[in-house]
Amino acid sequence: MTRRGRNVLRICCLSAGIVLTAAGIWRGEASEVLDKAVRICLECIGIG
Amino acid sequence: MYRNRLKPSPKEVKHNRFRTLVQLLAAAVINGYAAGFIGGKIFTGRSKMLCVPVLNCYSCPGALGACPIGALQAVAGGRRHNVSFYALGTLMLFGTVLGRLICGFLCPFGFVQDLLHKIPLPKVTVPKKLDRALRFLKYAILVFFVLLLPVLAANRFGVGDPWFCKYICPAGTLEGGIPLLLMNEGLRKAAGILFSWKMGVLVAVILGSVFINRFFCRYLCPLGAFYALFNRFAFYRMSVDKEKCVGCGKCEEVCPMAVRVRENINCGECIRCGKCGAACPTGAISGGIGEKRGGKTKSCS
Repeated sequence: MTRRGRNVLRICCLSAGIVLTAAGIWRGEASEVLDKAVRICLECIGIG
Repeated sequence: MYRNRLKPSPKEVKHNRFRTLVQLLAAAVINGYAAGFIGGKIFTGRSKMLCVPVLNCYSCPGALGACPIGALQAVAGGRRHNVSFYALGTLMLFGTVLGRLICGFLCPFGFVQDLLHKIPLPKVTVPKKLDRALRFLKYAILVFFVLLLPVLAANRFGVGDPWFCKYICPAGTLEGGIPLLLMNEGLRKAAGILFSWKMGVLVAVILGSVFINRFFCRYLCPLGAFYALFNRFAFYRMSVDKEKCVGCGKCEEVCPMAVRVRENINCGECIRCGKCGAACPTGAISGGIGEKRGGKTKSCS
């Protein structure tokens, strides 16, 4: 991969990352994640 | 097959100490809620809406943030959305800037595997063909267990299980399951076949890590698979100065991920631990943010 190709990919991925994160926050996903994370995840610890 | 280990040079010892210190600090900061370990409860502050860059269970009593793989499945398995833009976007940002440097320096479960591999028992080198095939497993786990099954196998109310967390994740069992069950009688009574299965997976991963360097990272980690997609072009990258390289192969002897350092140092498997650079007798290997200017370098094939 050329240096120019890498730079293009970096800019595209950074931009996409920012847009997706912002869209996720706008859709209320951050609070969905918070709701899940502040309760003991029974599946994660192997209870079911 | 057994591999003989050479005595590390002072430069390697210094580098390994530095990395261990960074890993220890990262694990302590990410799991900094000490009261959770004492009281057998988990942190409930607002920082838990933020995804940490590493595989760290949000049901670990000390966890101050959310596991990104757990967050992906929580949103996808919920009723409102099939894909988590928030977790994917956050992971893309981490991946583009640091790539798998996160696996090498920040991940607490990677740190656990590094410690396990220090146990002085004969080490196993996986045959190349088998090793190459097994490395694709982590991509399959990412696609099926993390992204697809929580959505496709949802119940009639539209709620899906976090398949990776529920059936595979050994980090959840180690960081969340064991401490919480030790301190909570109610949870202990509720543990059944699923907990036994997850303990079996954890024991298998522990044994695998004792004999094979970074066993879970190589073959099973979906987060490592995600970051591997960014490794080739991430801002943090490694380079080999071809003019300085004498072809001694020491870099490849010490690589925990069995990367062909001289041919393809920026492949998806490199966790940027820097062991190759520390072992190089001529200082031909270096890592850093951005492109290296001047000199003939081989940064990606």
